[in-house]
Amino acid sequence: MNQKNTEYLINRKDNQYEVVIGLEVHAQVLSESKLFSSSSTKFGAEPNTQVSLVDAAFPGMLPVINEFCIKQAIKTGIGLNAKINKRSVFDRKNYFYADLPQGYQISQFKNPIVGEGKVILDMPNGQKEVGIERLHLEQDAGKSIHDLDPQNTFVDLNRSGVALMEIVSKPDLRSPDEVNAYIKKLRSIMRYLGTCDGNMQEGSLRADVNVSVRPKGSKEFGTRCEIKNVNSIKFMQMAIEYEANRQVDLIEEGKTIDQETRLFDTKKNETRSMRSKEDAHDYRYFPDPDLLPLEVSEKFIEELKNDIPELPDDKKKRFIEEFKLSPYEANILVSDIDTAKYFEEVVAKMGKNKDIKLAVNWITGELFAVLNSKALEISQSPVSAKNFAILINLIKNGTISGKIAKTVFELMIDGDKDPQKIVEEKGLKQQSDPKALETLIDKIINENREKAIEYKQGKEKLFGFFVGQAMKASGGKANPQLINEILKKKL
Amino acid sequence: MSDITKQSLTELVENIQNKKLSSTDVTKAFIQRSEKSSELNAYITDDFTSALDKAKKFDQNPNLDLKLPGIPMAVKDLFCTKNVKTTAGSKILNNFVPTYESTITENIWNEGAILLGKLNCDEFAMGSSNETSYFGNVQNPIDKNLVPGGSSGGSASAVAGQLTPITIGTDTGGSIRQPASFTGIVGLKPTYGSCSRYGIVAFASSLDQAGPMAQNVKDCALLQEVISTYDPKDSTSINFKRNHYSKELTKNIKGKKIGIPKEYRVDGMPKEIEDLWQKGIQYVKDCGAETIDISLPHTSYALPTYYIVAPAEASSNLARYDGVKYGYRAKGENLIDMYEKTRSEGFGAEVQRRIMIGTYVLSSGYYDAYYLKAQKVRKLIKNDFDEAYKKVDAILTPSTPSSAFKIGEKTNDPVSMYLNDIFTVPVNLAGLPGISIPAGHDTKGYPLGLQIIGKAFDEQNILNIAFAMEEKINFKNKITDWWIK
Repeated sequence: MNQKNTEYLINRKDNQYEVVIGLEVHAQVLSESKLFSSSSTKFGAEPNTQVSLVDAAFPGMLPVINEFCIKQAIKTGIGLNAKINKRSVFDRKNYFYADLPQGYQISQFKNPIVGEGKVILDMPNGQKEVGIERLHLEQDAGKSIHDLDPQNTFVDLNRSGVALMEIVSKPDLRSPDEVNAYIKKLRSIMRYLGTCDGNMQEGSLRADVNVSVRPKGSKEFGTRCEIKNVNSIKFMQMAIEYEANRQVDLIEEGKTIDQETRLFDTKKNETRSMRSKEDAHDYRYFPDPDLLPLEVSEKFIEELKNDIPELPDDKKKRFIEEFKLSPYEANILVSDIDTAKYFEEVVAKMGKNKDIKLAVNWITGELFAVLNSKALEISQSPVSAKNFAILINLIKNGTISGKIAKTVFELMIDGDKDPQKIVEEKGLKQQSDPKALETLIDKIINENREKAIEYKQGKEKLFGFFVGQAMKASGGKANPQLINEILKKKL
Repeated sequence: MSDITKQSLTELVENIQNKKLSSTDVTKAFIQRSEKSSELNAYITDDFTSALDKAKKFDQNPNLDLKLPGIPMAVKDLFCTKNVKTTAGSKILNNFVPTYESTITENIWNEGAILLGKLNCDEFAMGSSNETSYFGNVQNPIDKNLVPGGSSGGSASAVAGQLTPITIGTDTGGSIRQPASFTGIVGLKPTYGSCSRYGIVAFASSLDQAGPMAQNVKDCALLQEVISTYDPKDSTSINFKRNHYSKELTKNIKGKKIGIPKEYRVDGMPKEIEDLWQKGIQYVKDCGAETIDISLPHTSYALPTYYIVAPAEASSNLARYDGVKYGYRAKGENLIDMYEKTRSEGFGAEVQRRIMIGTYVLSSGYYDAYYLKAQKVRKLIKNDFDEAYKKVDAILTPSTPSSAFKIGEKTNDPVSMYLNDIFTVPVNLAGLPGISIPAGHDTKGYPLGLQIIGKAFDEQNILNIAFAMEEKINFKNKITDWWIK
């Protein structure tokens, strides 16, 4: 494919502009307890029921690092092919807000736990590498609720102190599509690692989006604007599109772009200025004196490396080599860990004489369709991998036809029934007895003599008519291949 | 009964263990004296009724194996005490009742002691005279209208005035040792990481350390033994082998090498301080130790370094007092207005001054010149001590550059007030243990203290040196009970 055709450019009169995007993704660490306290992190609890004295910043309370969160961050770093820093430092980011009980957020400023890394995106025109600048750990703030009362703001501290990984990309992204692919890839990697559930509805994954534009071919970056806290891929794409066009318009009008922080209004589909660079907070970062610098040993990192499962890129490579899948098919199967798991289980259960292509077609076809219509994740599939494998084998060994298989599949959905039993109970077994089929076909030819003659005279289209009649007479159970063979012989 | 409050902690423990006294006898005696001593203003909150109940309960089934069996004790109001108001000497926490207990006080109650009440202190421990407390000045039992020092002024006054047999204070830049020196008692600032900071209202996290204040060295060692434990709830608590400080206490310091740092001979230091120091050197020699002249070249930078690091940390530590969750809240038009009014009305002038200094030195554009540079100097100061300890086992200095001053004398001169800490702050910056022991009187008859600085985690050594010197000095505090009518 021609690279040029897929480039995302903004055109104005004779000018073409390239969009430069960098993301700061905030991914909630998958952990039972918070970064510096033992409170639960469960989503959706009653307000202020998961708050310890530490989370609410009572006098004399001290943070104690949760080792599990450190492991999760390092694992994520490994998954991003990144440098793990053996020494990192927790800093205080100071600002006042009602849902920030300490008056500062504990974060990592100068010395993050993870340094530079990279992720590979599969784009329609080939692979694209996106650089990772860093990954650091920080506390989430609580939640201010402004719409429960006309006078008062309510504060829910359940989220206060929950561990977040901030993953900062290099300004390597060039289009909303690449942003889509990047977020999905990050999510995929973290879900494989079990370090973030990637649930955007629950806010487990959100991003600050940095956007700038420059004339196509220019090597220098334009002035960037940061769009804060966007919580869905769709909104990210919409925000980028709006923001890039806004900036291009300013340039075309001969105006300059102010470096500023903006908000995306999802209702109006526009970005709005939140604060300018001059009004930017002075966060007065300094190392948190309540916490010693975090030091991890080579051995600690090595042990975590040994704990890393096969990640999507490697799995894809293996699927292509081992199962002779196309890169496209492999991509679909590996992008979500649960799909990959399901597929691998089906493959395992199919036994020796397996048809992997058929299984892939059925997973990406029938199964996905059912999941879509019922709005289910593959982990909630109404058909188990085991029964799915049996069904594929029934098709493969000729017990049922593909068409009948669709009927069987429909019946399996309700209560994960064994397809073998359905076939037996409903008498759906394919008729593959040549003698019985010959009798059936003789009867049809006799009943349609005229058409048979027309066929012999060259009206070949009528062959389909006879196949249809034969299938109909058999209640759809006749082995279509045999029908074909016998018809050809008899006609 | 009147004798009871004159007894040292060690004597009281013995008398309770030998059943010569009950916890109720002792508790009553200290309550009665405390009640007669309201003019000292040592207490912010008393817990006398509950203390008597606890004493009676203790006597019903006394566990005499404990280290502090039924001993009543008041503590600095910086330690969070469950269900007992904890103010940190500030209006902003005037209504704050913790639902939790600090690790140190927990350790103390676990050894059988009973809370008498909460002692006055400078607001958020920021001060050297106890004059910044929202709850008023504390009188020094030595003389009327004399400051007891600070920030643990109420604690020092209460021990010297025999309102409590012993107490705990906190020391960020000298807040245990300076008031101990001003009131003629013993005060130990342990090594940073020796005593847990969990549940202590924070001032400057990298410097804060709690420690015992007592009438004598042995009492001090016993309390240190109780309060110093490894605590996983404090990430800066250090898990090292702790001595049985009171049991291992010895006056045998023969052959110990004691360093005398020339940089502590500061300009304008009164002759009586110099004389006291020379006497101290003689005492040490009399005990069989050897003195060696040493140099701590960066000493003169300690005070400015301290007054950058401590306010920087404080400005962040005190951000949580915002009127949102607990404590004082002023009415405001909106969130920002509420913050501004709450903090302007809730914090006193000295606290506001330090928050502003701290905010300034951390601001972008100033961070490198102040905070970062201060951190570098701090390292140099620590290196000075490390170098010195290659040659000596401990260091002897005066505790303060002067004796106690009059209430109001330095209120309007913060720099002169800050200079009080000149001999004590280097110890906090280096994280080392230091003890102040009473060593003599000035011409006005006010007590003067000497400071012994040790190697990290070598509390036993400085306690031993103090114990040996104590016998030679034979200090007698001149308490006239002037405040008791």
